[in-house]
Amino acid sequence: MDIDSGNTAWVLISAGLVLFMTPGLAFFYAGMVRSKNVLGMLMQNFFSMGLVSVLWALVGFSLAFGDGGGWIGNFDFAGLKDLANAATQLPGYVKVDDSIDLSLTIPALAFCAFQMMFAIITPALFTGATADRMKFAGYTAFLGIWLLVVYSPVAHWVFSPTGWLFKRGALDFAGGTVVHINAGIAALALVLVLGKRKGWPKDAMPPHSLPLTLLGTGILWFGWFGFNAGSALGANGLAAQALINTHLAAAAAMLGWLLIEKLKTGHPTTLGAASGAVAGLVAITPCAGYVSGLAPLAIGLAAGVVCFLAVQIKFRFGFDDSLDVVAVHLVGGIVGSVLLGFFADVSVNPAGFDGVFAGGGSALLLDQLVAVGAVLVFSGVVSFALAKAIDLVIGLRVSPSDEEVGLDTTQHSETAYNLGDFGSMGRVGG
Amino acid sequence: MKLVTAIVKPFKVDDVKASLEVLDVRGMTVSEVQGFGRQRGHTEVYRGAEYKVDFVPKVRVEVLTDDADAARVVDAIVTAARTEKIGDGKVWVTNVESVTRIRTGEMGTDAL
Repeated sequence: MDIDSGNTAWVLISAGLVLFMTPGLAFFYAGMVRSKNVLGMLMQNFFSMGLVSVLWALVGFSLAFGDGGGWIGNFDFAGLKDLANAATQLPGYVKVDDSIDLSLTIPALAFCAFQMMFAIITPALFTGATADRMKFAGYTAFLGIWLLVVYSPVAHWVFSPTGWLFKRGALDFAGGTVVHINAGIAALALVLVLGKRKGWPKDAMPPHSLPLTLLGTGILWFGWFGFNAGSALGANGLAAQALINTHLAAAAAMLGWLLIEKLKTGHPTTLGAASGAVAGLVAITPCAGYVSGLAPLAIGLAAGVVCFLAVQIKFRFGFDDSLDVVAVHLVGGIVGSVLLGFFADVSVNPAGFDGVFAGGGSALLLDQLVAVGAVLVFSGVVSFALAKAIDLVIGLRVSPSDEEVGLDTTQHSETAYNLGDFGSMGRVGG
Repeated sequence: MKLVTAIVKPFKVDDVKASLEVLDVRGMTVSEVQGFGRQRGHTEVYRGAEYKVDFVPKVRVEVLTDDADAARVVDAIVTAARTEKIGDGKVWVTNVESVTRIRTGEMGTDAL
């Protein structure tokens, strides 16, 4: 199929929008940590833009979208080989029948760039769970290896039309399983290996700047239009449907979170508004291009309420998921992926299937549960083993005294806020 | 009456507060301060240039007590704030001439 300039323009812009989500996530998280760990948090997120981009160009994309069978890609596109060639067809992206046409109308390089931004933000999601105590060297090792041994295969299973979950019929429009469940369960595995922060859960570890968190939330929300509507891979009605679904789910989830928060604690909070919106964005991600009408309101509302309640899980079981990556991304991703089995409607997208409410029976719901379970088990087990191995070889956690002093000075030799005039700071060496 | 002033490591403040509550101390004032003692500061690096930061962050704890309690307050702070590493801080006691509770005008030990 020919390259379409409008579709290409939208996907290129969407790549920029999705890239911008990572700094957004960085500030969303950085506002929630204590002021001694701000730069450590920002750095872990920004560093993903460096390391993951390089690895993606070298082998990551090829392992995810190469033609290697159902489980993993291959090295056909390693080092961006052949991707700039207009004749290159990505495996599986072909016309299936008269109603379903997966052929790309954008350059393969544009698709590679767009997917690169997903690969960057997915492992960056961990950093909220491991906040305040992860050693930077251990993080970089985990980040790079995890991308290749977990992210690329799971993206292949679900996103690539040659992947086994895609072929089975599981739906994931923009990354409910690939991004959110995948990162959420890996975050839980990391937390279990790292252990809790000193003083948790007894000591208060209050957010140092909720304004930063709200700013980051706004950037995430904005960028998410590229994430979900860009996943239509075209400037068309499906992209418009995905965009409005994304927006409405975020809005409804914010209301849901605030409502239950007000009922249970007496006050609607700014952190609650931000968390609710993100929970809704997470839950609508798998559904964005398969549902319509008021379904995003139901999905968002459910995510807002369920994710709020899910925050209690960490206290019940005593694992220090510092900034609630499990409650928001893992639980939110499961809510969206499972509800898609009910709300999916083939009239919205001929490449989808009818869910329970559209008269499709439970076939799709079953496939959704298989996809959720497969990603939970694979990512959970491999991430746990990888975290253990890196902990033994490099060390995942900073020393107790470094944890007390903070990541900013101990890991990066910098201070986030030099507000006073009398820092008594002198250049060494002159 | 005495004023007990302590300079402690920031992450030890909660422990100090808890140990003073055990002694039934009814008030304390804390402030974030910076300075240096035998523990020197750390270095920071900005675009390759290295800088020595002399002052390290500490918390100053101030507690008013009557004369009889001062020694116990000092002991409690020392025990709670000690890590046996350099930079644990200091505690000192000074005489106080008068104390007045603003709300009621009570003076002396009644105002503690």
